[in-house]
Amino acid sequence: MTAVINTLSEVRRLRRTSRGGGAMLGVVGVAGFLALWEIASRTGLVDARFVPAASDVLVRFGQYVIDRAFWRDVGDTMLSWAVGLLIAAVAGIVLGFLIGSSRFLERFTHSTIEFLRPVPSVALIPLAVLLFGTKMQSSLLLIVYAAFWQILLQVIYGAKDVDPVADSTARSYGLSRLQRVRHVVWPTALPYLMTGLRLAAAVALILAITAEMLIGAPGLGKQIALTRESGDTLSMYALILAAGLIGVVINLVARFVERRVLAWHTSVRMELAG
Amino acid sequence: MKLLKSFLYLVSLPAILVLLWWISTIVNPNFYVPTPAELVGTFVDTWFSDRFWRDVLPSIGRLFLGVIGSIVFGVVFGILIGSFRTLRRLLEPLLEFFRAIPPPVMLPLLMIVMGVNWRMQVFVIIFGSVWPVLLNTVEGVRATDEVQRETSRSYRLTRTDRLRYLILPAAAPQIMAGVRQSLSIALILMVISELWYTSSGLGFTIVQFQRNFAIPEMWSGILLLGLIGLGLAVIFRYAERYILRWYHGLREVQRES
Repeated sequence: MTAVINTLSEVRRLRRTSRGGGAMLGVVGVAGFLALWEIASRTGLVDARFVPAASDVLVRFGQYVIDRAFWRDVGDTMLSWAVGLLIAAVAGIVLGFLIGSSRFLERFTHSTIEFLRPVPSVALIPLAVLLFGTKMQSSLLLIVYAAFWQILLQVIYGAKDVDPVADSTARSYGLSRLQRVRHVVWPTALPYLMTGLRLAAAVALILAITAEMLIGAPGLGKQIALTRESGDTLSMYALILAAGLIGVVINLVARFVERRVLAWHTSVRMELAG
Repeated sequence: MKLLKSFLYLVSLPAILVLLWWISTIVNPNFYVPTPAELVGTFVDTWFSDRFWRDVLPSIGRLFLGVIGSIVFGVVFGILIGSFRTLRRLLEPLLEFFRAIPPPVMLPLLMIVMGVNWRMQVFVIIFGSVWPVLLNTVEGVRATDEVQRETSRSYRLTRTDRLRYLILPAAAPQIMAGVRQSLSIALILMVISELWYTSSGLGFTIVQFQRNFAIPEMWSGILLLGLIGLGLAVIFRYAERYILRWYHGLREVQRES
């Protein structure tokens, strides 16, 4: 059910972003926020040891941007993010289509999926440490586990959503099973899949950074954990800013890809025309 | 017959998996993987003791406080922001940014600012899981049907009545979708907020088992976290069914026609 709602809300969001407008107000909002932060910190309204001034944080962030070591950390984080997401996507799509297109398999696996899905992936941290230590595989285990369910569920919903009339039409025209998957099931499931991928991309970033922070696998998260140990709040703010910006970029890219891939879909087409 | 069939569907795959696991651990004993019987025994011994009061209940309590807090904050501010177009446009990029911050990175910061105590742990949970609720509420309020809104205005419904009978129900499906996303984030944050500089709580205990190579105990902890996740999902499903009963009914009617 929530899958449908997610997809619907996505359609609305796609429409909204196309309208643009109000961008100026958004800039004002960000500038106002930074100004308030700066003033609060400079006037001592908040303790500057805990909340350094916005300008200092931005300068520190600028230093990171020209620092090669910073980009290596970002690269490590993004690599485990991308590999984890890819593995989860392939597994989720294949299994999702398989399960979603068979009433028997769907009922057969339902209880198991419902049981395994809510297991929080951080519960696997001890296991990952035992198996892989501080290597990248540890982060991958967590990322794949978290991202896989998001994609799998959406693909199952999508494959189930096939219009029975379209399906029987394809059958009576003598389309083979593979052709039906290609021309009937795939287009139906694609919007769901894109929603699943977008949710999974965000979750995968959370888990990538968490794993680095807690397990000590190399990457941005490890650096954040190190600034805590050295009490370097300024760098910590700058790194949190960097992590947030990476998150924003991932969200924007995910929405862009979604719009491109679903350009033929009625919900997007209407809005492009109108 | 029908009942038996759905019962078989429910238990057959889990039964097969447990059986495979059991056979493989008996044929090929592995230090890292306990047998199912061992796991269940350890689970009972480990968690049905004073640990339940000392570690499990406080963790679950913080989780609930965090979830309730993020729902309240999210809905209240979401309605506020969603109702005023200028406010919404002013705050939109900021909210998108805060939502995109992976919540666990706030933990080291809050540990320095607030110290390590239960208030900080609840705050981390709220900070991380409020965004899906907040943004979905904004979206739901914004998308309220224009005709309904104008009708309620021409009938001179008061602000409170409009909120109660129009805006909240219209936004409810979206809000519930947001709550569902925030539940899993809250659970993640509950665990990791207990990993550093604490000496109690579920997350702490499980990592402690792993460091001492108490493997069956560690697995029993993973199982317990899974059960808590499952419990949350079940509670959520019933709450959603109850709150959105009119909505599911409506969709069913639409689908049939």
